[in-house]
Amino acid sequence: MVTVNEARIDAAVALAFKDEMRSRTEDGPDIVVLNLSEVDFVDSSGLGAIVASMKSMGRGRTLALAGMTPKVEKVFRLTRMDSVFAMYPTLNEALAQAGE
Amino acid sequence: MKDHMSATEFHLEFESSPIAVRTALGRIIDGLGPLSLDPEEIGTVEIVMAEALNNVVEHAYPEGDPPGPVEIDCAHRDSGLHFRVIDRGRPLPNGDMPIGEAARVDVDMMDMPEGGFGWFIIKDLAREVQYQRRGERNVLNLRLAVAKAA
Repeated sequence: MVTVNEARIDAAVALAFKDEMRSRTEDGPDIVVLNLSEVDFVDSSGLGAIVASMKSMGRGRTLALAGMTPKVEKVFRLTRMDSVFAMYPTLNEALAQAGE
Repeated sequence: MKDHMSATEFHLEFESSPIAVRTALGRIIDGLGPLSLDPEEIGTVEIVMAEALNNVVEHAYPEGDPPGPVEIDCAHRDSGLHFRVIDRGRPLPNGDMPIGEAARVDVDMMDMPEGGFGWFIIKDLAREVQYQRRGERNVLNLRLAVAKAA
């Protein structure tokens, strides 16, 4: 499980976020839950960084998203990315699904 | 219908950088305070303006070019919120906005798009979007159908 302690995943931090996710998930389990409950805002750069993180995990592994706040959920819905990720309203539900 | 202007009208300027966009978004939201918008409407404003300002920072003043001024004007009218974003950077490629189609997500995971969402988001959420190159300036006009007269 990776918890984002930033209020914003935006153009200012997208690259750093991508690098951090890569190092945090490199040797991780097949299912990684990204806890977004502290994140108030994601712009298109941040969205791209989350997609890149999923891709860098590679095939056969899953990046699940938990605890999306309303604006973050809206950006995922608008761009149809809500159909790409497994999304869970709460961290507990995500962890239950992930079998942790 | 006459397009009355309300008291909420403001202007702000900043020098382009990703961090300055954050600050500017905060100031825009503060500037809209008197309208008592609901969180959903404020979210729409923040999402659209973030994409519009990120475009300026990334494409009008790309890395390697010196940063430059970005001006934002906001006016509240019966028809909604009107924003104008002006910069003195590079023009949009081909002199106009991209069509802004939704990125395709029914593709292989490894081909999933990591960008190209910005104009789609702007065009999807804003009621009107107009771009003009005026001399050395880019002028983007946006109308959001929020805070409309009842």
